[in-house]
Amino acid sequence: MEGAQVVVVGAGIVGAAVARTLAATGFRVTVLDRGASAGGTSSGGEGNLLVSDKAPGPELDLAVLSGRRWRELAAELPAELGPDFPDVEFEAKGGLVVATTGAGADALRAFAGRQRGAGVDARELTAAEAAALEPDLTPRVTAAVLYPEDAQIQPAVATEALLASARRHGARVRQGVTVLGGVVSRGRIVGVRTSAGHLGAEHVVVAAGPWSAGVADRFGVRLPVLPRRGTVLVTTRMPHRIRHKVYDADYVGAVESAAAALQTSSVVESTAAGTVLIGSSRERRGFDERIEAAVVGELAAKAMVLFPFLADVPVMRAYGGFRPYVPDHLPVIGPDPRLPGLWHATGHEGAGIGLATGTAELIGALMAGTEPAIPAAPFAVTRASLEEVTTG
Amino acid sequence: MTGVDVLVIGAGPAGLAAARAARTAGARVVLLDASDVLGGQYWRHPLTGARDADVRALQHQWPRFVALRAALTDDPDCEVVTGAQVWAVDRRDDAPPVVHVLTGPADGGDRPRRVLAPRAVVLATGAHERTLPFPGWDLPGVHTAGAAQAMAKGEHLAVGGRVLVAGTGPFLLPVAAGLLHVGATVVGVVEAGSLRRMARGWLAPPYRTRPAVLAAKSAELGGYVRALAAARVPYRTGAAVLAAHGDSRVTSVTVSAIDEDWTPRPGTGRRVAVDAVCVSHAFVPRTEIAVSAGCALTADGSVRVDATQRTSVPGVYAAGEITGIGGADLALAEGEVAGRAAAGRATAGGNVAGGDGGAAEVRRLRNFADRMHRAHGIRPGWRSWVEDDTVVCRCEEVTAGRVRAAQAATGTRGLRSLKLSSRAGLGICQGRVCGRNLEELLPEVPLDAGRTANRPIVVPVRLGEIATPLAPPPATPPDPPVAPSVEREASP
Repeated sequence: MEGAQVVVVGAGIVGAAVARTLAATGFRVTVLDRGASAGGTSSGGEGNLLVSDKAPGPELDLAVLSGRRWRELAAELPAELGPDFPDVEFEAKGGLVVATTGAGADALRAFAGRQRGAGVDARELTAAEAAALEPDLTPRVTAAVLYPEDAQIQPAVATEALLASARRHGARVRQGVTVLGGVVSRGRIVGVRTSAGHLGAEHVVVAAGPWSAGVADRFGVRLPVLPRRGTVLVTTRMPHRIRHKVYDADYVGAVESAAAALQTSSVVESTAAGTVLIGSSRERRGFDERIEAAVVGELAAKAMVLFPFLADVPVMRAYGGFRPYVPDHLPVIGPDPRLPGLWHATGHEGAGIGLATGTAELIGALMAGTEPAIPAAPFAVTRASLEEVTTG
Repeated sequence: MTGVDVLVIGAGPAGLAAARAARTAGARVVLLDASDVLGGQYWRHPLTGARDADVRALQHQWPRFVALRAALTDDPDCEVVTGAQVWAVDRRDDAPPVVHVLTGPADGGDRPRRVLAPRAVVLATGAHERTLPFPGWDLPGVHTAGAAQAMAKGEHLAVGGRVLVAGTGPFLLPVAAGLLHVGATVVGVVEAGSLRRMARGWLAPPYRTRPAVLAAKSAELGGYVRALAAARVPYRTGAAVLAAHGDSRVTSVTVSAIDEDWTPRPGTGRRVAVDAVCVSHAFVPRTEIAVSAGCALTADGSVRVDATQRTSVPGVYAAGEITGIGGADLALAEGEVAGRAAAGRATAGGNVAGGDGGAAEVRRLRNFADRMHRAHGIRPGWRSWVEDDTVVCRCEEVTAGRVRAAQAATGTRGLRSLKLSSRAGLGICQGRVCGRNLEELLPEVPLDAGRTANRPIVVPVRLGEIATPLAPPPATPPDPPVAPSVEREASP
């Protein structure tokens, strides 16, 4: 199969990582995006590379694999792309999850215990130890767990770096080209129809994030990916006072929830530039881009619970993005048996930056016919938990 | 006051005229302005005691302002709120947005909040200046012409002793005249437009501009020209400031002849000693609130309106510079049309009189404004003024070279990605100063052009000031209730 033509739909972080892996393996890769590179979800979030919010199971396995690859890439990409390429700002800063209520403390300790059982480095801290790590943290801490494996990256630059690396391995990246549908012969894909003409392809990988269901529909298959809205606040620049990614323990519950109504939980961190990013809200309401004052106000209030000094810090920007949400909270990765030649690499919800590298490795192994580093079956589009939404 | 019929945001000429017209039509009005005084940039003046001599020299149509101000501030059914900063708006379906306001001095701790759910809104938020970058433009002593004018009008101070005024457009003339009045020596006015372009714009057929309009404009500009002539200020066309020089602040500038496309003519540069330079190349509509409210924009980034100043959003009207740069007379005419139309919607007819309500006047003045754009519009040759080490984003100190290198390295055709990889446009001004310049510096039009206009947080606000979620007040009939207006997707 090597040397085969592959079209990757989507020039976000997942498409970029998949394109790089496949191109390096010898596939002839073309990345198509109807818009610009890193123009959707990949530039709408904080750049989280997290294990702290994942319960033991396939997603945690994928996160651990991805984290390893990201650490390697953080060294390899700058060496490969040279000093003139913008910095991907990889920081292995660690995550600090704190609870501020008694109930929250119990839940956090239990969750961290399960994670430790699965091999995650989750260190319970005393309030004094937490205060030593984050001097401006609220004194109302009832429990704190440090996750040294959590890291951060500038997601748009990381996407561009993966695309640039893919190009060096022979991939083509075409922006402003819309995929209109598949060309199918004898029951399998032989090409795609695009706004810029016909393109031969033996494989098509749908990596269009929250827009993946629409792309899959053009190939005649149902894919249960829905947009889940998020909003991030950005403060003005200031001297660094927040050293880790700091979450309140509600975050884990919000990530795992399926509710459509607005939920917020605090995620606060500094960027390399000196701004502070404040997330995160979760809300399912289609591709509605408007940002409401109530959401902004709730994010601000919850961030101030963690870091009271933020009350006097100006917020200068709010931006929204859409996470690709799948009802059973697992990404969809691998071939689609309903249309041979069609593949999916999507549905990572808010974790696409972190999970992109492992996703690419899974796709690369499956397409090359080799054994992946972790089992791929839990991510299959044919899994039982998606049966109701992929058939019928 | 229990309900708001018409909320007017911005109290420059357009907003004042809109508020007055809405009141005349019988609507209850709230007029907001972020400044401490009414009048906007056009009628900017000190908080207390504008002297007659200064008013005569620095202000135009002052009696009209005084009359508008008096009519509104003396009117119990018009609530005028200065120091009122709109920081966010929430879109509603088929109704004007809910408007979130902080009042009081920005550095004054916890500002009181207000949330307004009006029946109609008139946006009259004006414009800010666009300055093209050139080597040295970030030196102390280099000002926007608007900032110099604001200092002259608001504080009666000059930005320097030996000042050059450069850029393009009729605005350069009052700026130079204002500098003279507050005691500066104006060493020259340098207009980038060529005489030929200016003649084509001002005079070419179809000659639809009413002679009275041209005459009025000429009288206003003629006054400035006479002031400049009396002070022997040289006025030069087809030339531009291509560089500012100095160590800790500007001490001289290079003025060069440029062609019709604004490409410098080689060998024509000469140094002029100055201690300040004022530049103005264009005005950009301030569309933050309009964009957040969902108003459609035109290709050039103005708010799109119909003949009654209606935007694409039900109940939202726009007037003045945000609908296209056109000056104070056009703003006054548009404001009047918008105020009447907004009142008509808000009060289901009200006392709106017949006739065309000033729309014809708007058309005539708009035609004149279009001529000005043809005469003075920015030309693409400016990009050759910019060196690789010229700063294009001052907030984040990003050079043109860094932007170009990031674009070349990533190959992105997206402005969003390029901003994040170069940091241009990510600073405190949020691209207000540099956004258009960045877009035009790129080798091809970005696929996400125009997204720099999207700023859901209108101005920086302290987290503590906006933190407690406030429930919007119940809307007054006939509007739908506020709370359930956002349709959330049902769970699958």
